[in-house]
Amino acid sequence: MKGINFVNLREAGDPVELGREYSRQGADELVFLDITASYEERKTFTELVSRIAANINIPFTVGGGINEIEDVERLLVAGADKISINSSALLHPQLIENIATHFGSQVCVVAIDAREDDKDWFCYLKGGRERTEKKLFEWAYEAQERGAGEILFTSMNHDGVKNGYANEALARLSNKLSIPIIASGGAGKKEHFADVFLKGKADAALAASVFHFGEIPIPELKSYLCSRNITVRI
Amino acid sequence: MQTKRKLHDSQATNIAIVRYKMNVVIIKYNAGNIRSVDFALKRLGVNAQITDSAEQIQGADKVIFPGVGEAGSTMQFLRQTGMDKLLKSLHQPFLGICLGMQLMCHSSEEGGTDCLGMFDENVKRFVPQVHADKVPHMGWNQLENLKGKLFRDIKAGEFVYFVHSFYVPVCDFTAASTQYIVPFSAALEKDNFYATQFHPEKSGSVGETILKNFLEL
Repeated sequence: MKGINFVNLREAGDPVELGREYSRQGADELVFLDITASYEERKTFTELVSRIAANINIPFTVGGGINEIEDVERLLVAGADKISINSSALLHPQLIENIATHFGSQVCVVAIDAREDDKDWFCYLKGGRERTEKKLFEWAYEAQERGAGEILFTSMNHDGVKNGYANEALARLSNKLSIPIIASGGAGKKEHFADVFLKGKADAALAASVFHFGEIPIPELKSYLCSRNITVRI
Repeated sequence: MQTKRKLHDSQATNIAIVRYKMNVVIIKYNAGNIRSVDFALKRLGVNAQITDSAEQIQGADKVIFPGVGEAGSTMQFLRQTGMDKLLKSLHQPFLGICLGMQLMCHSSEEGGTDCLGMFDENVKRFVPQVHADKVPHMGWNQLENLKGKLFRDIKAGEFVYFVHSFYVPVCDFTAASTQYIVPFSAALEKDNFYATQFHPEKSGSVGETILKNFLEL
């Protein structure tokens, strides 16, 4: 069964209404990333998470500003089912173990932003602003071994280009890892979703703008994937 | 666009019209995801009490036993608080979810744990057969062989949401089954005891109907 996940950035409109709408349309999971969360904004953010959770009936992943166990607990209590960590995991890999031990691996999604340059994939910090020396495949494997339950991989080369997902890198990840891979970055048309499942071997595909601007209605996308013999929830 | 319209209507019915005058208790213990169950019941018009008080649990019309966690430490907690005997002695409709369902069995391979024993079955660990068999079984999967009161108005093949590494084999109490590596029990039913391995509170409108069926028992 392949999942269609909707990612909802804070700037994309009223998150509560959008979450409810995509949950109704048949999105399989909602991912809410708050890329601007500062210390002062945490309380508002937590309240927002709670309001979204109260209004949707599908699994709900929340990321942004998670640095310690207390942050995870706060968001789970607010109604998140999973949390997504990115820069904080790269800087403090031990955080993955801590989360897995406290709440179980199924709670811990490790998000990786990576860019392919010089024929290798490098992981980036802070929403893609700072390059590290960590390589995608090694880091994803390490995250799995430390207890990550899922990997959310965004290809910075493909993100925003709407020309398809990073299927080659995704298939390599899928072969190397034994945990589910969520593909992110590059969705532009329905065929891209079929490709990411068939060629990229992804377990779920995440998209924002093609859903948000109504370019691809979720029910239509799911009927199309069914016609390509890909199992999706209708 | 007709599909979208239809989804809107059924959802609106669930939220706006159904209201229950009953006393529903969600058992508070050291395992998580109580909030999601509480939110799902609120969407159905029920304000549940979240409590570990024996008196309130015994006096409830319906009891929900949710759970995300580890079997051994959870059973230890239930024994220390005397909750193990209390839960087994209840006569009102009782619904265990996920780990809740596994704890209602006789024993679990997770930490070699003796459980509550409402269902005389042993909980087993998924053993991957090929690389594609990822454990935990996480995501949406289909219900088959539906029987019993929880699945009124639910068709075989409907999708519900699972997150688990251990499973109850298909047995005499199986009220729905699902295929993942092996066929396993997606739901159990015996007398007043009901249980789902999946999360109805996270399973879209199908999950809402299942919760509604439980509330209407």
